[in-house]
Formats: sequence, C-alpha cells, structure tokens
Amino acid sequence: MVYQFVAGRATARPSRNAEKGRSKPMNAQDSQLAAFRAEAREWLAKNFPKSLTGKRDVLMDIAPRYPEGEDWAAWKTAMGDKGWGTPTWPTEYGAGGLSRQEAMILDDEIERIGAFNPIVGMGVNMLGPTLLEFGTDEQRAQHLPLVVRGAVNWCQGYSEPGAGSDLASLKTKAEDKGDHYLVNGQKIWTSGSMYADWCFCLVRTSNDHKHEGISFLLIDMHSPGVEVRPITLISGKQTFAEVFFTDVKVEKGNLVGDLRQGWTIAKRLMQHERNGIGARKVSVGELRPVHEVAKEYIGTDDQGRLSDYDLRARIARHQMWERAQRLTVARVVEESKQGPSEATSVMKNAGSVSIQTREELLMEIMGNRGIGWEGDDYLPVEIEQTRQMLQNKANSIYGGTYEIQANIISKRILGMLDHQ
Amino acid sequence: MAVLTEEQQMLRDGAQEWVSKRAPVSAFRATRDSGAVFDPALWKEIAEMGWAGMVVPEAQGGSDFGLTGMGLVLEEMGKTLVASPLFISGLVAASAIKSIGNDAQKADWLTKIADGSAIVTLAIDEGTRHNTAQTAMQAQADGDGFTLSGTKVQVIEGIAADAFLVLARTSGAAGDTDGLTLFLVPANSAGITRTQLKTFDSRGHAKVVFDGVKVGKDAVVGTIGGAHAPLEKVLDVARVGIACEMLGLCQQAFDTTLEYLKTRVQFNTILAQFQALQHRMADLFMELQLARSVIEHAVREIDAGGDGAEEAAILAKGFVGDVANKMSRQMIQLHGGIGMTDQYDAGFYIKRSRVLEATFGNQSQQSERWANLHDY
Repeated sequence: MVYQFVAGRATARPSRNAEKGRSKPMNAQDSQLAAFRAEAREWLAKNFPKSLTGKRDVLMDIAPRYPEGEDWAAWKTAMGDKGWGTPTWPTEYGAGGLSRQEAMILDDEIERIGAFNPIVGMGVNMLGPTLLEFGTDEQRAQHLPLVVRGAVNWCQGYSEPGAGSDLASLKTKAEDKGDHYLVNGQKIWTSGSMYADWCFCLVRTSNDHKHEGISFLLIDMHSPGVEVRPITLISGKQTFAEVFFTDVKVEKGNLVGDLRQGWTIAKRLMQHERNGIGARKVSVGELRPVHEVAKEYIGTDDQGRLSDYDLRARIARHQMWERAQRLTVARVVEESKQGPSEATSVMKNAGSVSIQTREELLMEIMGNRGIGWEGDDYLPVEIEQTRQMLQNKANSIYGGTYEIQANIISKRILGMLDHQ
Repeated sequence: MAVLTEEQQMLRDGAQEWVSKRAPVSAFRATRDSGAVFDPALWKEIAEMGWAGMVVPEAQGGSDFGLTGMGLVLEEMGKTLVASPLFISGLVAASAIKSIGNDAQKADWLTKIADGSAIVTLAIDEGTRHNTAQTAMQAQADGDGFTLSGTKVQVIEGIAADAFLVLARTSGAAGDTDGLTLFLVPANSAGITRTQLKTFDSRGHAKVVFDGVKVGKDAVVGTIGGAHAPLEKVLDVARVGIACEMLGLCQQAFDTTLEYLKTRVQFNTILAQFQALQHRMADLFMELQLARSVIEHAVREIDAGGDGAEEAAILAKGFVGDVANKMSRQMIQLHGGIGMTDQYDAGFYIKRSRVLEATFGNQSQQSERWANLHDY
C-alpha cells in the first residue's frame, strides 16, 4: 500500500488565479470571516519566513523528515505554537480550534503568499482524527500536543507480507501478559517507519474471528525488539521499510478503543487517509475562473477565443451575473452598518444561482471527463468537481429552499399578501 | 440603496422632488403627443439647477460632482422617462471634451455645456450596430484642415445640437482602430444636413449627413489618428450613464407592476396573492437588487478612473441591460391587456429600454467585450 506522507495534496493544485475568481460563502458570518482573514494574513506576514516562499516541494520531497535550517525551524515552531498546522482540532491540545470555514480561509491565505503547512505526516492526517474519535483522554493528552507541534513522527503498521489487499488476514500477534501485551510479527510497506517514533498498528489479539480478532495498538518504535529494515525500490529510494517486532512489550494503556474493535477503527482511519490522499479535495473549478478551465479542456481558436462560441457567451453572461451577485454581497455588508438592507433577502437565491450555474458550466466544459464517478480513468480533481456539482444542488434546498426564499421576498419585502 | 454622502443625498432628494413635480411620465406623454423630442422649458430648468455641469470642472462653471452625482439624477429621470439632452451633452460630450479636448476647446464649450446654452453631441455610429472601429466616414487632409464626408446615424439630440463630436477616418480602413480622429464641428457648418429619425422611444435621434464639410486643424479633438482608445473610455462613461437611466427605468417598471398586482382583482382576489406571480416578482426583485449593486460599483469605478472602470462599465451596460429587457417585458406581461395599450405607460418603458439597450453596444456586445477583457 502506498500512503501519503503529507497532509497536503496528492494532486497538483491548479495555479492560483486572481483572488476575484474565488467563490465566497454568503452568510451573516461574512464580516467575522473577513476579520479572521485579516488576522490570518497579518499573522502569516509576520511569521512566515520569506526565504521559504514556494518551498513546499522541498518539504514534500524529504518528508517525513524535516528540512534543516533556522527559517525552517522557526516556521514549524511558529505554526506549532499557534496550532494552525492542525487548524480544526481542539485548542486544549494546543491546536487551532478554528471552524471549517476559518480553516479554509487560513489555507487560502497560506497559499496566497506561497507558504505551506509545515506540520505534516500521518500523525496529522490519520492518527489525530482517530484519537479524537476513539482515543482515551490520556492517549489524547499524551500524543496530540506533540502532533500539533510536529514534534513526533508516526507510521502505520497495517500491511504484512501475507496481508496486502486482504488486510484482515494479518498475523502479527499481541498476547495478553497481564500488565502488558507482547507483540511478535512483521509489517511491510511501512512508509516512513525509518524515521518514526511511534507506530499505530493492527495486531491480532484473537484467532477465533478474522475481523473481530484485530485490535488497534500504539507501539513506541524506540522499544527494545523493534527492528526497521528499509526497502530499496527500483528508483533507488527507500520510502518504505519492513518492521519486525520481536517480543516487544507494549503497555496496556496503548490499546485504542476496545479489544477486538481494531478493524472498525482501521476502516474509519482509512477514511481519514483517503481524505488526506484525496488531498484537500481540490476540484477542477476550485480556485480557477471558469474560463481558465474551459480554455484548458476546450481549447481556443487562432484569436485566443474559446473554440465553443456559444459556451463562451454563456460563460461571460454567468461571470457577469456572478460579479453582480458578489457586488451585492459587498453592498449588503456596507449597508448593514447603517441598518437593515433589503438586498439581504436576495442573497441566498442569488448565491445559489451563481454557484449552480458555475458548476453546470464546469461539468459541460469537462465533457466526458465530467461524468466520472470513480477510478483511475478520471483525475481526482475531475471526480471531485463532478461530485461537487451534485453536492451543490443542495445549495438551493438547505437553509430554506429557493422557493421558500421567493415566498419570503414576495411576502415580507414586497408585501404581496398583506395588501387588500 | 448605497450609503450616500449628505451632498449626494440632497442631490437625489432634489432630483426626486423635481421629477415628480415637474416631469412625471404624463409630462413625457404630453411632449410625445406634441411631436417634440424634449421640452425646452424642462431642459432650461435642468440647466438652471446646475445638473448640466455636474461633470464639468469648477473652472468652467461646473460642479465637478462626477458620475456618482450625475448617475443619481439620470436614475431619477429614468423612472419617469424624462426626455432631455442632459445625458448626451452634460455627461457624454462634457466628458469627451474634458478628457480629450485642448484648453481652447474646453474654454469654448464646457462652460456653454454646463450652463445649458449649448448642446453638444456625438456623431459616431454609421452601421446597424454601434462599432467605432468600423467607422468609414472620411476626413481628407485639405490645406490647413480637413474635409469631412459621410453619414452618421443615431445621433442623439442631433436636431437640437449646437455642435457635433464627429468620429472620422484620417487613415486606414473600416475595421481598424488606428486612423480614427475626433472633430468638434459646429452644427451650422456648411455642408451639414440633418433629419430626424423617428424612433419608437420618441426621443431626439437624427441622421446627419456631412457633405464636404470643411474644418480647421483646431477642430481636431485629441490626436490625429488616435481617437479610438480615449473615445472608448468616454463611451464607457456613457454606457454607465445609460445603465443609471436603465436602473431607474427598472425600478419604476417594477414598482408600477407591483402596485398593479396589488390592486387588480381576478377570481375574487388580487393578483398579488397568486404564488406564480409572487415568485416572478421575487426573481425580478433579486435581479433589480443585483443591478443596483452593479451601478453603484460602476459609478465609483468610473469616477476613480482606474483599471476597474472598463470591466465595471461592461458589467453595467450588459447586466443592467439584461435586467431592463426582462423587467420591461414582464411589465407588459403582468399588466395583461392594459399593458398593450398606448394609453397606459408600460409601452413607454419597453420602448425606451430597447433603445437604451442598443445604444453604444447591446448586451451581447458587452459580453463579447467581457470575454475579450478576460482573455478567452
């Protein structure tokens, strides 16, 4: 199994275009979010060393190790202290405690200046979310603050020589020795284990049932009896290793969840993993104006115009509509300082029209690459775009449907029932 | 409604009051019925209130209030369909002379525009569609000056105008943006023949024929052969001015229609109680709000004079044009039979809207510009 090391994106992110092209969420929290954006921008300007601008690849290339140098150390310390490397985790572990929207804004701001998140690895992507869901208070208190600061490397002990796709057939066993478990066995394709301080590991605690005989154990990689043998790939790189456990003692407090619950936790963790690999789920249209995507997929004529003239005109009309809608959001913010703005009532419907038109255009632009559901024949960004198009159909349904909004406008604002 | 300064608030209130007292739709109807294209008495009042000098610098007797101020007045006038040379002379010609003209031209004409003693207009369109680059009219170098020959159409207030800003070709061929020159030509010059074009909005449009009209070098506005780019900037100011009028037109069409739906009874109930109509009005209200946002943005961008002005003008003319088109259509539809009669005002709105939509480039021309501007 190939696992992603970094909490970043597995897929190349499309180049960022003008900030204007971003779609903004539209709700009453807008000004609060704007304040957070300003705060994040200021903090990043103060703390991100300019020498590291655009150097995310340097980090990616050597992860899970971390680059040397004063600026590198300073950046990791700054983000670790602030807790913004793990922006949405609770503050009690020193993490950011941000809302999802704030985290997206932070991400935006980080990207805007060519910065990156230095707090990376499986501790962030996989172990953290798992402990937040299944861990004990003691386990969280012991491990999460270190992950938040990027002070610990984790690896994943799943695959074994005889347990690849059929992972549940794993044989590494953990015997109950009263006050501890005694672990014996072998893991393989354990990425990053050469540099790991800890391993979250699937072990067999019972042979009576294939899946329910599996438990989830945290193992200190510095324990006696742990041996790591790097595997050299044909590229010459040693990204993976075999890990041998020989009579390794593991304290019982390191069992996550209940005994025999390991498979359930592992499945859940794989979802986190997929989120990490699916990357911060970048879609084709995200961050990019629709016309840029259209130029890429459809091409241009000898004068640089989109080859599909009808589509070109519809994109222009859509973008003008979208601009008008955003100007209305800005106007509502401005007017609301003075009192209620009647334009507030149209914001939700105007926003729905904007986003849904955009998604439909993107789908049309992608042609037969826009109808993929899964599989390697489609780029992850394409599949994500397609799913996002479908997801955004909810935009005119939740929070009061388009029709309910129309009822509200006509009755409360236009007084179309009160009269007579 | 935008957050206005005290001065702008006063201006808008003043315009609202004047329009409702002196120039309601009934005044326009009376002018139309008389066969005139505007009422000189009302134009005199407009000038006396200083509105004709709103974009003219103080040095030339104007108030230098910018499009932010002029837009408020045009919007109010749009509501009741006030016919006057204010837009073409006070906004467009004044902006052209102010931004492209030399000191002598400014001294000669801006003061007269500002006090309403002269009406200056643009003579630029020739074909069926507005397109400055397609200008074919020739300006032949002739001794110390030029000889102009050709025909201009859709010249706004072309009959009443005291002078024309004429776009003609000093080099190149139709389609080239280079080689266009702007001339300031007094309307009483020898060789000019003008005829009124009877357009369905009953306003003052004219066809102007230039037959060997001789002008001196001093008639050139800006540089010889270099008129296209600066004129397009002026036309963007004009486009936003038109959009301001369209916004007023939309607002009034909407308000009038809403009022009608609340009073017209069918099936023993007012029409406003039918959900199909409620939802249509809710959608129109939404678009009206978006149009207002676009206008407020555009007048600010134009007055700021920065890079955002072009996009803002395209958006204003194109987007608000679409809204005006739909609003004026729905005004008739929702009024039913009475909306079809000349006796009712709805027809005035759709006619005026269509003329404004076409003037200086319609919606599809603006979306074409939008795509070009964004490089696709």
